[in-house]
Amino acid sequence: MNKKGLVSLISVLLGLIAGAIFMLITGHNPLEGFKSLIQGGTLNLERIGNTIATATPLILTGLSVAFAFRTGLFNIGTPGQMLFGGFCATAVGLTYNLPSGLLVPLMVFVAFLGGALWAFIPGILKALFNVHEVVSSIMMNWIAYWVVYYTIQGYFKGNMETESRLLADTATLRAPWLSNLFGGSYLNLGIFVAILAVIIIAFILNKTAFGYELKSVGFNRHAAEYAGISVNKNIILSMMIAGGLAGLAGVVQYAGNANNIQIGVMPSQGFDGIAVALLGANTPIGALLSALFFGLLYSGRGFMSAMTGVPPEIADTIIATIIYFAATSILVERLLDKFVKSRKEKKTQSAALTGGAVSSTDNKDENYGFMPPNSSDSSKNNAKKGDE
Amino acid sequence: MWQIIEQIFPYAIAYTIPLLITALGALYCERSGVVNIGLDGLMIIGSFSSALTIFLLQKAFPGSSWTILVGLFAALVVGALFSLLHAFASINLKANQVISGTAINMIASALTVFLARNITGSGNIRLTNSLGKYNWPLLSDIPLIGPLFFKNSYATTWLVLIILIIFTFILYKTTFGLRLRACGEHPHAADAAGINVARMRYMGVILSGAFAGLGGGIYLVTFAGEFNGGVAGFGFLALAALIFGQWKPFGILAATLFFGFASTISNVSQVLPQLATIPPVILKIFPYVVTLVALVIFSKSSQAPKASGEPFDHGKR
Repeated sequence: MNKKGLVSLISVLLGLIAGAIFMLITGHNPLEGFKSLIQGGTLNLERIGNTIATATPLILTGLSVAFAFRTGLFNIGTPGQMLFGGFCATAVGLTYNLPSGLLVPLMVFVAFLGGALWAFIPGILKALFNVHEVVSSIMMNWIAYWVVYYTIQGYFKGNMETESRLLADTATLRAPWLSNLFGGSYLNLGIFVAILAVIIIAFILNKTAFGYELKSVGFNRHAAEYAGISVNKNIILSMMIAGGLAGLAGVVQYAGNANNIQIGVMPSQGFDGIAVALLGANTPIGALLSALFFGLLYSGRGFMSAMTGVPPEIADTIIATIIYFAATSILVERLLDKFVKSRKEKKTQSAALTGGAVSSTDNKDENYGFMPPNSSDSSKNNAKKGDE
Repeated sequence: MWQIIEQIFPYAIAYTIPLLITALGALYCERSGVVNIGLDGLMIIGSFSSALTIFLLQKAFPGSSWTILVGLFAALVVGALFSLLHAFASINLKANQVISGTAINMIASALTVFLARNITGSGNIRLTNSLGKYNWPLLSDIPLIGPLFFKNSYATTWLVLIILIIFTFILYKTTFGLRLRACGEHPHAADAAGINVARMRYMGVILSGAFAGLGGGIYLVTFAGEFNGGVAGFGFLALAALIFGQWKPFGILAATLFFGFASTISNVSQVLPQLATIPPVILKIFPYVVTLVALVIFSKSSQAPKASGEPFDHGKR
């Protein structure tokens, strides 16, 4: 296993330990808690289906963040892009009365477009005016929040103040055969959208010239520019594709897992995407796996709460703690390096004891800085003399 | 028209003050060279801890009003302590400050609801009485200005304004302020001049945590009246105000007032027919749009601290 994977696993472990500590502090048994958390997500086929369904939007938002990361961009605008993409899809689904085979692909397409549009603005601001994409994306999040809020309230209001009208069954990603296969779970066609997206993004990143350009912009903007790669074009395209992926998460969430759009809340899946990407080491497959893990935490928490009385927010707390540890992974890496180093040293020591003489020329080179030690000493002495 | 202004003025101020104090803290943080995306989370932490303190104290001492002051103080302290997480990650570990800030936001919103559920059963903590309004003697009788500023004003408003003046003075007129700004502009030069960059940045982050916590507390006792797991995006709005105010104390005062009035007008536009002509959505997205516009306009001549967001590495030039 590579080092990044190991660091991710350690972050997860630390997050779980933190969760256990919180459970202990609040007077619950962590072992019982985790047991029912896992049971809640995997006990039967229906629960497994629900876990996968919960993970679906996370796969897409995680992919979105990871993709932008590879171009050196931090897409913190996933909640807004997801909301706006989902909103566009819902609006289309509620307005047009088409056969399902036509309407659903149209909705998916529109969602991608909506998300891409929402990410286009931070992208072009970054490319043309060098406006930091994090700040502009945060602004775009809240613009999406209010635009969707008032448009839904004005034109698509449902029974409740805070949600849109329900989508007809022909306008959702739900498929009875898939649902029945998993014992009546709300698993839907969205998972295929997500898997397809993972494959396409992995292909783009690893096998195409475009992906290579994107990654080289991420590694070093200036070197990429020097090599004749259009940095600005790649920044805009990367943001748009990332936004489109987040938009897909929107259609999967609002027209798949649910069948209407909620207003007055930022979709938490958006920010969770950051966690998914970090944990997945910014690779498509990594995002898929870590999204499934988070899906398990989210779908099992209700069962855990009912069985043990641990509040369901423990899942969110664990995920947030994992992000913190992933962000501070340098600490973990340092410890790992130390561990590896000390093992190596032991090996070399034992080698030195058992056998050949170690040449000392390597060490000598290290002591020399920019100047030989003697000359720097003498200059110091001179300076001192001058002072006197 | 005057009547409308007189009516919405107190609400606009109540909206402005938590934004102002949070943005002021963030100003110190960014001026010291650390980006703080976690303002929203720090406000949530502050809001939660003051709600909890007031809730428990009011149970023990029903009817007394000093509990609110203790609650605000608790928000200040807990906010400062919580921001240590961000400080440690971004200063000692040189972590990505944006990710660390995002983690702060997520931890705060999850952990507070988790704890609130453990304590009160539901995720909400409702206060039985909120902060009282205060009429200044004499001053409130001044025509025009009196009713606007000195009638029905919260004590916290004046507290925050005093803090603003003191900390503007500290930022521009004291050695500490100069050093702090130096760490945000050119940490290596500051380091070469013998300033402990890490310590300055710690001060900036902790101050930001304390002020954001206080902002969350003020939001609770004047504006919300109930803790329900969030602060309605006030933290992000404060971040917008910081940028729109171009990292200057009186700039952010103007920006937060601007945002406060825009949001208040959109909130009351359904009630007041004179304002109903402007669609509320325009007013709601207004702060964010003008911030985007400001980012573009000032992109060439931005006053942003130059080293903000960059971890300070002693050996790197």
